[in-house]
Amino acid sequence: MYGLAMVKGLMVTLKNLTRKPFTVQYPEERVRQHPRFRGEEFVWYEERCTGCASCAKYCPLGIIKIETSPSGSALPQGDKYRLEVFDIELQRCMFCGLCVEACPYDALFMGSGFEQGQYSRKNMVITIDQLRNAEKHPSTWFRPQLEGYEGETSIRRGTPTIAQGDSRFTYDPRGGPPLGWREVGREAWRWHQREKAGMRLEDSPETPETVGGEATEPGADD
Amino acid sequence: MVTLTDRLDYTSSMINNQAYCLAVEELLGVEPPPRAKYLRTQTAELQRIASHLIAVGFFVQELGAFGTPLMYSFRSRERILDLFEMLCGARVTVSYMRPGGVFADAPRDFWPALDRFLEDFEGELAEIEQLLLENEILMVRTRGVSPIPAEVAINCSVSGPVLRASGINWDWRKQEPYDAYDQVEFDVPIGSNGDNYDRFCERMQEVHQSLRIVRQCIAQIEPGPVRLDLPLVLRPEAGREAYGRVEASKGELAFYLVSDGGISPYRCKIRSPSLINLTIIEHLLVGWKLADMIVSLGSIDINMGEVDR
Repeated sequence: MYGLAMVKGLMVTLKNLTRKPFTVQYPEERVRQHPRFRGEEFVWYEERCTGCASCAKYCPLGIIKIETSPSGSALPQGDKYRLEVFDIELQRCMFCGLCVEACPYDALFMGSGFEQGQYSRKNMVITIDQLRNAEKHPSTWFRPQLEGYEGETSIRRGTPTIAQGDSRFTYDPRGGPPLGWREVGREAWRWHQREKAGMRLEDSPETPETVGGEATEPGADD
Repeated sequence: MVTLTDRLDYTSSMINNQAYCLAVEELLGVEPPPRAKYLRTQTAELQRIASHLIAVGFFVQELGAFGTPLMYSFRSRERILDLFEMLCGARVTVSYMRPGGVFADAPRDFWPALDRFLEDFEGELAEIEQLLLENEILMVRTRGVSPIPAEVAINCSVSGPVLRASGINWDWRKQEPYDAYDQVEFDVPIGSNGDNYDRFCERMQEVHQSLRIVRQCIAQIEPGPVRLDLPLVLRPEAGREAYGRVEASKGELAFYLVSDGGISPYRCKIRSPSLINLTIIEHLLVGWKLADMIVSLGSIDINMGEVDR
């Protein structure tokens, strides 16, 4: 009969009329971001950075500009260079995260924010001072240590789900406090300790995850 | 380079990643670990569902059903994009796969979320089908409009749902199985006369088959490594060439790579399905009404990012 399918279609409309909307009114309501979300602001830990400029080399767009000078005073930390310029041109960034993947010392993280609109292009260049002073809410993208899996990455399907409230497994970049440089490294992993034995962070504690998260002041190690 | 392939066809970035990674792996002569293969297959199929939902939604929108059916399909697509954000931190420009596997294993809460999605999606898909499949207006406007006979389809070398809607059983997932497609069972739905309605139905049926593949992947996946220990910068042997081919959501997507021993390909040719499917436009449009033009164009589901790759 002509029109029967139309009625069937209207039944769907009727059914959905009584449902809650599935849209979110953005500025007032927000959806919870996933921890791996690749956000805008880069999170950079100066204490971990050696100025190797791997991030700048691997960037497909070449938007990271690094200038370093040999720093005699930083030698106890392991032959590192003092960074003078660390500019990231955000307006050309495509958030692929290859810089984070390339960083061998866990110094660069993707951020978790996404509201960095500016009115002029000049302001879109993130400078070293902004990176130093930013609140550090790193994303767990390519940094599995923040997800709290303790090195075991092969997860069999069907493992019991994570208990609610276990803070180690429910890392929330926006909700939690900012993280200091001691809390974000991979040194807690034994395999990584072996691998990065030459890192020579002089005052790095034995088990970084047990230490309360106070980042040392930039330049305090000099 | 993987990050650039996301931008080709931004509605099926996972599948673009897969094609490029397959080409690089052939160039290097390596094979990803089995868990990575399953993760790739599974995410590629989820992406195919998302892409077909867009195709169907916009197809009906172009018929004049402004907004409503599109919202039904976007409701489900958003959930898939949420799953991708959980996996790899981005919704559209995913860059999830890497030569030699995927960049990281799925997080723990991904699996329950995927189960919830599969549970709900059954009902959501049934609603979309109830709304659209037998709708009289849609049938009148699309049935028998712009049919593509099988010979024309072959002569224009179209691929994907457009080719299968014309009644040709041709799917690279079956012809030349890559990743884990030889481990899973699925059917290749084919249409009969290749008109606009067939192309629309073809996509709806492929969504069902994709769901089947995802379910089998979940059942078969085993623990293990997800990425080979390859250096971040790859330097394949000079003079080698490779052809990586996948069945993308819009057709056959292939990368032809030639290496000169450097860190970037000496030559990279992309066989993009949208561009080649667009060449049948003459057979689609000539002799039909102007009002059907947009609908026919929507039925081959082109993506301009891929046409001008």
